[in-house]
Amino acid sequence: MSTPLSTLGHIRHVLSDNPVTLVAATLFAGFMLMALLGPSLVPFDPLATNVGPALSPPSGAHWFGTDALGRDIFSRVVVATRLDLGIAFSAVLLSFIIGMPLGLCAGFLGGWWDRVISRGADTIMAFPLFVLAMGIVAALGNTVGNIILATAVINLPFYIRVARAEANVRRDAGWIEAARLSGNGNARILAMHLFPNALPPAMVQVSLNMGWAILNAAGLSYIGLGVRPPEPEWGILVAEGAQFIVSGEWWVSFFPGMMLMLAVFTFNLLGDALRDIFDPRKRT
Amino acid sequence: MWRVVLKRLLAALPNLVGVVVITFLLTRAIPGDPAAYFAGGAATMEAVEQVRQQLGLDKPLIEQFFRYVGNLARGDLGLSLTTGQPVLKELMARLPASLEMVLLSLLLACAIAIPMGVLAATKPGSWFDQLARLITTAGVSPPTFFTGLLLAYVFYFLLGWAPAPLGRLDPIFSPPPTVTGLYLIDAALAGDRALWWAAFKQLILPVATMTIFVLAPIARMTRASMISVLSADFVRTARASGLRPSTVLVRYALRNALLPVVTTLGMVFGFMIGSSVIIEKVFGWPGVGSYAIDALTASDYAPVQGFVLTMGILFVLLNLLVDLLYVLIDPRVKIDA
Repeated sequence: MSTPLSTLGHIRHVLSDNPVTLVAATLFAGFMLMALLGPSLVPFDPLATNVGPALSPPSGAHWFGTDALGRDIFSRVVVATRLDLGIAFSAVLLSFIIGMPLGLCAGFLGGWWDRVISRGADTIMAFPLFVLAMGIVAALGNTVGNIILATAVINLPFYIRVARAEANVRRDAGWIEAARLSGNGNARILAMHLFPNALPPAMVQVSLNMGWAILNAAGLSYIGLGVRPPEPEWGILVAEGAQFIVSGEWWVSFFPGMMLMLAVFTFNLLGDALRDIFDPRKRT
Repeated sequence: MWRVVLKRLLAALPNLVGVVVITFLLTRAIPGDPAAYFAGGAATMEAVEQVRQQLGLDKPLIEQFFRYVGNLARGDLGLSLTTGQPVLKELMARLPASLEMVLLSLLLACAIAIPMGVLAATKPGSWFDQLARLITTAGVSPPTFFTGLLLAYVFYFLLGWAPAPLGRLDPIFSPPPTVTGLYLIDAALAGDRALWWAAFKQLILPVATMTIFVLAPIARMTRASMISVLSADFVRTARASGLRPSTVLVRYALRNALLPVVTTLGMVFGFMIGSSVIIEKVFGWPGVGSYAIDALTASDYAPVQGFVLTMGILFVLLNLLVDLLYVLIDPRVKIDA
């Protein structure tokens, strides 16, 4: 009988079985580097106008071309990485920090906790989520902070559900009883025992949510909410180029759009890979 | 069975209440003085006070809520500052445009994604399966506005196959006499072929954009559901009895596999309504989404809130419809009740 694989061996097995996952991991590393080091490595100041002729196509000097104000698109796209990933990451983190404890309480404590929290999550999900985000930003004001808040709110139900399901399943488990018998209070059980067990599916959710949060932020910026020009953000960059694409200047929208697509694609694949690593039974 | 239907209807009520409550809270969450927002930027102090009294903004929150619900019951969603028209009237006038696009996209997406999912399920792990997964993931990854712009660039600018993304009809055509508000149906009813084609051509790009976006959830669900049904005992029996593979697949397996897909359609509708807002902006489509965006940019809040409420209620009703459809399709539900 062959020895069971270690975690690293299992990861290597999944990666070799599915080379696309390796590509996703590489892209993820690439994006992290761009976000962290990008602004110091770009050739032009992303906000400087007229560094080249306006609306010139991609060339040796300007890899992604220039926009209507003569700004270098490559620099703007790279610098925007930090803002986009930052917004998405903050929103997902906020959702996670608030949603997981709520879901764990709902699943483990049951009763009123479950009823109120589940009802809250269901009410949020009763809306088409992008519309709700629009409504929240419209009501609270047009700032980046509110974009993050709105995206966090509409992502809450996912974490609440995941945590609730995991806590519910383990509620009557023997080892939870044992933990209680050894003197652990509810809070300790939730934090020390249930939370680590809920982490793997939550991580899958985090990765998928990152992709979705990026799309959300870009969508809200495209319709004019949140980040304001001239701040470079992928959604705004596409919006700036939208008027030119139907008259042939495709590069102004194309490159920021491709970055968006690549980022979301990366996080989607990463989420799939994490799911394969943690629970291959849930592969779709 | 009617008991089950009634149970489903009752289950939808709390969601409706939740939608109304949240929309109300959003109208009162505006930082600063809500009366000033609803009166508009150019209003005088007296006008603001008048609006405050009119909307009852000086009363306690609970009373305001009941006034709000009362207004809703009468169909009063407020007035748009920019056009001066009642919000409900404008929303209803523009809703068919959005619905036409969403419904066509759903039909097209199902027509493509369900066969794709079925085929992928019959050969899991094959190159077709991986390709289908790649295509659907790639369809979901770009933001809808990017897909729309790319399609407009390739099919309008480069190839000249599609018309300019300027709305529902070429300006030289006038809309058909309104029966349903859906141009394809109205033009067909009026017997106007040229008009029907013109409306159809304008629909191609927006519908294609939305379809690409929703292929993934439908295809994935079909595939997963089909895989689990194909491994069921009754399928094995059907095969052992010598039935043709196509009969087993379509008449036995697919019918059962479609049930979870119907449930997924409810979630898919949510995505579609959300993305319709963006697609309407890209293609200049005169639907409710672009109405809300225009109002938002002009700091006109009543239409935005009316839009959020309408879309929320629509979504709850759609999910209810999907639930009821499930009850009708699946005979086992009667036994549970």
